[in-house]
Amino acid sequence: MEKLIFKKPEAMTDAVMHYCAGCGHGIVHRLVAEVIDELGIREKVVAVAPVGCAVIAYDYWNFDVTEAAHGRTPAVATGIKRVLPDKVIFTYQGDGDLAAIGTSEIIHSANRAENITVIFVNNGVYGMTGGQMAPTTTVGQKTATTKAGRNIRRDGFPIKISEMLAVLEGTTYIERTAVSSPKEIIKTKKAIKKAFGIQIKNEGFSMVEILATCPTYWGQSSQDACTRIEKELVKTYPLGVLKG
Amino acid sequence: MARIKIDKEKCKGCMLCVNVCPKGIIAMSVKLNKKGVHTVGLNRAAREKCTGCAFCAIICPDVCIEVYR
Repeated sequence: MEKLIFKKPEAMTDAVMHYCAGCGHGIVHRLVAEVIDELGIREKVVAVAPVGCAVIAYDYWNFDVTEAAHGRTPAVATGIKRVLPDKVIFTYQGDGDLAAIGTSEIIHSANRAENITVIFVNNGVYGMTGGQMAPTTTVGQKTATTKAGRNIRRDGFPIKISEMLAVLEGTTYIERTAVSSPKEIIKTKKAIKKAFGIQIKNEGFSMVEILATCPTYWGQSSQDACTRIEKELVKTYPLGVLKG
Repeated sequence: MARIKIDKEKCKGCMLCVNVCPKGIIAMSVKLNKKGVHTVGLNRAAREKCTGCAFCAIICPDVCIEVYR
């Protein structure tokens, strides 16, 4: 008897996503939706969407999603969690949102040990505004504003938010994963599930940093972009559990 | 017998599933969808080889693939 073993999760709508071909955001959206389905918390979840490529994530998820000003996503999540402590609150942020304009919010939310989950999608460029250099752009990476590659003397070093947050006493669980191959995608899903589990058990702040592809602004095919994560990006951003 | 079903109107032709399929069942199609994108399609000669491993569905960023086993 033939059985349907893989389908679109219930927590996703039928809308066609606006992302470019091969973009890692679609995979992460689906993983979050699958985890929410598996935990059976669709009626309890409130997501906070960022400013960036994922700004209209509320069209793709079939649960409550609100929007925050650029970078202020963890601050909005803090407010919702404190008013509605039995809801499951997560923020979905890109690297321009979390690591640039929202650095203050993420650090202080983590330091206050807010009981929220952060899904941090790191692709190393500003996708929405045209591929400019982000704080997480790797050394030597060519972007719209670093035509000759990122120069550490002019632009500084790539910022490692997960390592920074792991040293704070307020954080409970920090892991860095990637969505470059089926194996890494399955690991990412496990990490997201663990992060939600920590929030449900009231154990504190959890964050999963996910290295995702941006084929358009890396100037590569989607397959080459996945290879770049596995060969180059992991040297700057090593995968694994940083805390918890 | 395992099989996959591709939603061609959602497909953007990123080819991640083509590269990840261990049996080489998926290939680029010459046909265009409504978005004007070359989508992926099943290689008819090899479609019986599908084992239902779901690698294509796991990596698909646009959730276009359903797997039956």
